[in-house]
Amino acid sequence: MSIIETTGLTKSFKTRRGVVEAVKSVDMKVEEGEIFGFLGPNGAGKTTTMRMLSTLMQPSGGRASVVGYDLLKEPGRVRERIGYVSQAGGVDIAISGRENLVLQGRLYRLSAARAKDRAQELIVALQLEEFADRAAKTYSGGQKRRLDIALGMAHQPPLLFLDEPTTGLDPQSRAHLWEEVRKLRNDGTTIFLTTHYLDEADALCDRLCIIDNGMIVAEGTPDVLKRQVAGDVITLGLETHNGALLQAQALLGKQSFVKEIQVEKDQLRLYVERGEQALPLILRVLDGAGLGLQTIALARPSLDDVFLRQTGRSLREEAA
Amino acid sequence: MRLITDTWLLFTNYVSSTLRQPVWIIVSLFTPICYLLLFAPLLDKMITGGAPGTNALTSFTPGVVVMLGMFGSLFVGFSIISDLRAGIVERLRVTPVSRLAPLLARALRDACLLLVQCVVLLGLAYLMGLKANLGGVLLSLVLVIPMGVALASVSYALGLILKSEDAFAPLLNFFVTPLLLLSGILLPLTLAPDWLQGAAKISPFYYVVNATRALFIGDFNDSSVWIGFLLVTVLAILAVYWAASVFRKATA
Repeated sequence: MSIIETTGLTKSFKTRRGVVEAVKSVDMKVEEGEIFGFLGPNGAGKTTTMRMLSTLMQPSGGRASVVGYDLLKEPGRVRERIGYVSQAGGVDIAISGRENLVLQGRLYRLSAARAKDRAQELIVALQLEEFADRAAKTYSGGQKRRLDIALGMAHQPPLLFLDEPTTGLDPQSRAHLWEEVRKLRNDGTTIFLTTHYLDEADALCDRLCIIDNGMIVAEGTPDVLKRQVAGDVITLGLETHNGALLQAQALLGKQSFVKEIQVEKDQLRLYVERGEQALPLILRVLDGAGLGLQTIALARPSLDDVFLRQTGRSLREEAA
Repeated sequence: MRLITDTWLLFTNYVSSTLRQPVWIIVSLFTPICYLLLFAPLLDKMITGGAPGTNALTSFTPGVVVMLGMFGSLFVGFSIISDLRAGIVERLRVTPVSRLAPLLARALRDACLLLVQCVVLLGLAYLMGLKANLGGVLLSLVLVIPMGVALASVSYALGLILKSEDAFAPLLNFFVTPLLLLSGILLPLTLAPDWLQGAAKISPFYYVVNATRALFIGDFNDSSVWIGFLLVTVLAILAVYWAASVFRKATA
């Protein structure tokens, strides 16, 4: 059974200008033990969906089961078995990280002794030792974010929600946080996260949904999603004497693995199914014809290409 | 019961946070202390011919105590706005913690804080030569602290509804000064013209101040005493009930 399963999940808000549908009939499944990402531009409905799934917001329509319980009928049961880390985090900066963790454990009804032990476990697991006993207001962005996640894990939930976990972090803290998230997954926690970073979705998520305008426009593993788009692009720079370029174009255009070929100034662009398989074949063809190569580049399509294909807009531009 | 254990957990946490920033205990004491130190001495020669065993401070201190209860409590809503922004309110919402515990724990902490502040303020008044009925003074705390809890609850609820300091601060400003002046906190409104006395009767704090003054004199049978207690009780029940429903709705 999937750890999250939704059918027709919908959220609409009444505003002065009428009803706005923030989430339009989302159907999805998240499997146990995966890092599942929700990728989309700001305002796409990512956070709204997450807030519904974590009991913070009542859906306007549809059904969902989360960690085995009906979201609408048993929100209390769901709450006991999920962790949720909002964009703001929720650390009380007046007290230390350890005190935050102990209180959080107690609020999840752990005994005083158990809450203390659990706080120590989390401090070790998320590498908070250095600063755990300092007031949280002295923490850096990355340190605070790790404490946020530790707070979400206080009661060892099987499912953890992370809303934009790395927004505002420097590259090093981001990489560190990704490691922590992977570690949690490897220890058996299912992670559901939202992000508007393409590289984050690509590098971190086992599977993802691309959401735009409140609708899921694509779903799958990052690799499969990208492969659906166009395959890989190989760019060849050739010596330009005596029409070598045209000769190469003619030769390569005949190969069955080349889906499309374009001349671009003094370069050839080849669209192929799988770049790593095509490369040696290309080299062999060119070598056989005595054509010298100057440069060669293999580019994988990015998730942005997937977004572009599905919505006609680029996520990179949206973010900028 | 879970509500009680949750409230206690949060209460001890709030208290330890407060103790770590003791400056806040002083901040809301500052204005009342200023009035006591810098304004009360002016009254010595103005108010004469009071009942035997009383002096100017007997009628002035009650106003300052009520002022402390009003000011300290009305502004607590700012703290929940900053908690909202830091995501703390939301973090508590996804825990199985009782929905009312965060409100009750805060109100309880505020009541304790107010008690400590009242004791400090009264101690200072005694040092300055306050003459008052001790039993009455202690009873007045039983009046002022529930009033503080009522105002604090309203303040938290408004903070939760408005969600921003920019909306909350002007609202407070709009109400606080008229309420303060209409309560006869600084001078008894018996000095006021009829229309002002009539206007004062709209302010519930007018009755609280009157009741506190009567208690300080030791005039326990004065009608203002039971009116004050009745009013504060009703006010506190309504305010906590309303704030609880706002908390429940905002954190369902």
